[in-house]
Amino acid sequence: MSPAEEAVLQRSDRNGWLLVAPALVVLGLAAILPLLVMLVYSFLAPGDFGNVKWEFSTDGWVSILFQRDIFDGTLSLADAHLTIFWRSLWLSTVTTLLAFLIGFPTAWFIATRPARQRPIWLFLVTLPFWTNLLIRTFAILEVIRSEGLINTALIRMGIIETPIQMLYTDGAVLLGMAYVYLPLMVLPLYAAIDRFDMRMLEAAYDLYASRWMALRRIVLPIVKPGVVAGSILVFVPSLGAYVTPRVLGGGKNMMIGNFIELQFGQGRNWPLGAALSMTLLIIVTIALLFYVRAANRPRSDHG
Amino acid sequence: MGVSVAGEVTISARNVVKAFGQGAGAVRALDDVSVDIRQGEFFTLLGPSGCGKTTLLRLIAGFEMPTEGTILLDGTDISTLPPNRRPVNTVFQSYALFPHLTVAQNVAFGLEMLGKPSSEIKARTSAMLALVKLEAMAGRKTSQLSGGQQQRVALARALAPQPKVLLLDEPLSALDLKLRKEMQIELKRLQLETGITFIFVTHDQEEALTMSDRIAVMSAGKIQQVGSAKEIYIHPRNRFVASFIGETNFLTGTAEAGALRLATGNRIEVPGLAPGGTATVCVRPEQLRLGRPEDGGITARVRSLVYFGTDTHCHLALSDGTEIVARLQSPASGEAGLTEGQEVGVTFAQGAVQRVED
Amino acid sequence: MADRFAINRLPGFTAIAVLAFLALYIPIITLVFFSFNAGKTVMGWDGFSLQWYAVAWGNLAVQEAAWRSVVIAFWATLISTTVATMAALGTTRRRPFKGQTAVYVAINQPLMVPEIVTAVALLIVFAWVKVQTGYQGLGYLILAHSAFCIPFAYLPIRARLEGMDLSLETAAADLYATPWQTFRRVTLPLLAPGIVAGAMLAFITSLDDVVITEFVKSAGQDTLPTYMLGQLRRGVTPEVNAISTALLGLTVVILTAFFLLTRERR
Repeated sequence: MSPAEEAVLQRSDRNGWLLVAPALVVLGLAAILPLLVMLVYSFLAPGDFGNVKWEFSTDGWVSILFQRDIFDGTLSLADAHLTIFWRSLWLSTVTTLLAFLIGFPTAWFIATRPARQRPIWLFLVTLPFWTNLLIRTFAILEVIRSEGLINTALIRMGIIETPIQMLYTDGAVLLGMAYVYLPLMVLPLYAAIDRFDMRMLEAAYDLYASRWMALRRIVLPIVKPGVVAGSILVFVPSLGAYVTPRVLGGGKNMMIGNFIELQFGQGRNWPLGAALSMTLLIIVTIALLFYVRAANRPRSDHG
Repeated sequence: MGVSVAGEVTISARNVVKAFGQGAGAVRALDDVSVDIRQGEFFTLLGPSGCGKTTLLRLIAGFEMPTEGTILLDGTDISTLPPNRRPVNTVFQSYALFPHLTVAQNVAFGLEMLGKPSSEIKARTSAMLALVKLEAMAGRKTSQLSGGQQQRVALARALAPQPKVLLLDEPLSALDLKLRKEMQIELKRLQLETGITFIFVTHDQEEALTMSDRIAVMSAGKIQQVGSAKEIYIHPRNRFVASFIGETNFLTGTAEAGALRLATGNRIEVPGLAPGGTATVCVRPEQLRLGRPEDGGITARVRSLVYFGTDTHCHLALSDGTEIVARLQSPASGEAGLTEGQEVGVTFAQGAVQRVED
Repeated sequence: MADRFAINRLPGFTAIAVLAFLALYIPIITLVFFSFNAGKTVMGWDGFSLQWYAVAWGNLAVQEAAWRSVVIAFWATLISTTVATMAALGTTRRRPFKGQTAVYVAINQPLMVPEIVTAVALLIVFAWVKVQTGYQGLGYLILAHSAFCIPFAYLPIRARLEGMDLSLETAAADLYATPWQTFRRVTLPLLAPGIVAGAMLAFITSLDDVVITEFVKSAGQDTLPTYMLGQLRRGVTPEVNAISTALLGLTVVILTAFFLLTRERR
């Protein structure tokens, strides 16, 4: 490369950085730097009325899993915390599974519509996705609460006499999360199925595959990147959900997100809240790395 | 039906109609097609694109169902049987190899779906890979193969379950000329070695002529003629078949008893022709003999001469303006002994004149 | 007789898909429907009425929250779209510079990190800043919203840039345009639909935010969504339904415009 070309490219690089800089400043101030500050806070001691005392302490991290006996200072597993973690993981996993079981046929249905109809169906999936999360959660609330659509309908039909308590249960949170995150499953699955060559299916049937076998042995393995993408896109926000469990789960059925909030409110334990947030961040990062690896694999095969 | 012997009918299409769309917009891709395909033969469906040959293949494979009529396999009606329940396999035009499976896994797929024991699957898979000379590639992903190798995998995959009939949908169209010639020989070899009935779809007449035991020439949703390569070339039944297979000259005139009277006044012997109305005959260019006009024959003027190496094409005009072509063997000197504008007398080789329907 | 063997039909899929679409829309339609109810509950339909819209509009707290939502969304959209446009110009159509992957990660960070984590981190930082500076205004919310709106503005703009014909700019340069003139007269007008699309997504995203706003806002800084969340203690009132429906309508209008805008270029 000639020095002149080198200079042009270097100037291009410099311009690139200059153009990106303002975005990085905004993101740095309001998205990245705060995470670092939070990391620092997780190693401080809680203040008496919230906030922190500026002294080093690992108590925030320790108390994620353990609780210190008030009298003799011994550590024991914090069952309440474990229950919340367990519920969060369990609910997020089942939400992902539920969203997949509903989302895959839905994505398949859209992808097999005539080409001119597809944008309309896609729009119908996208619309709820862009609708305020809170509004959608309220909408579910309207349907399942004691005076809601389902109970009213069942009582009118004479099937039940007193309303079924659906609100403020794990089931309600599960239903709500599957509802609000379903579009996040459908969209990447649709993209993968849309790329799927239907002639593969012809070949499978020609080679004696039943519909179920064709789905299991041919379709699912080929669209796997879409399945992984959709699952991550549902799992990650489910794990960090705050609004849905607060509205539909009430005060008792907390998930990690609500537990974190609690530390900054009544709990007055900012270091624990910060440590919990960092933990959540780490879990999410691991999930995302898993996704990046899975998503890149098929491409390297072709190369 | 008795024991299966060579020559017995394997696939039989009876009055098959296939219409796409409904009402006034409906298109008849197949229009009352009946054909019998015999056990163990290499049968080719030949025709231009849109003639219905691929539709017929898809009906036999089970991807389409006939609008009317039936498809029989060994005497049993399979018209509505789904493709996964027919002992028929397909080599797809695009190959449709499974990208997430290895070569061996692709070949084993059909056997697995049939629930064969794993020892048999293993044995047959390696036998098939040996048959198409791809043993060394067994563990590769199909995307790492060349076009010709992918073609062989598709063949091995479709042959592995030992189908009663193998359907091949223009399988050579994606290959370059040299590879195509090789695969033609290869396909013929595989067919002879396995003894499986091959139904081969192509628009390439040369491919059809060189490989097939019998050919069905199709046009506009109908079968125009069924016969061996020779029969179809020498005795084309109608104008379409005559012009689609090879080159030919058409001469139209008034029918007389045992002869055709051209507008030029010349009379051509056509045995068996009944008098009355107009009739058309065809003569292949290589069956034309050119002599001096005074020696008899139809007088024609040489319009142009095109040198092709082994032979020379001589374009002639009759006195009524009809244009015909004669193909002459090029003499050693390269000179045909003819000049443009020269008058010649055209005669035809014995038995070369064929009556054709319009 | 069936016409053909339906290759891509899988058992039960269509039924599940239709149910999924019904499930997606029945709750929303219920919510909209009962916002026009004259009665106070969803137990029964007491006739059509706009009274809950009147109640909501007559509520000073709702008016203030709505105005605050719009002000924040306006500034966040302006800031995020501006910096996202620059970033898109800096990261496309040139040799990838060293660290560009890190830049992508930074830009998409708000999509990857759970909102609650960012919300808590911002709470910590802004609490400190509020004490140090004494400033309690909307600046915190605008800054926070600007940050998480960046990826939503960036993606459509980048998509537009990547689909753009480079030769047009070369042609402009060939016709004696300076780089700035080329940008101003050729690149920017071609890019405009992408920028507008990005701005729309940023606006919706800001308008809809609950979690980060809930944690960052100072006392008396409710936006419409946080106001609605706060009202929840009294149960879902028809008034909240009315506000939801109004927000929903706005989203539908903006999204439809977005789709028409991004579709026209195909």
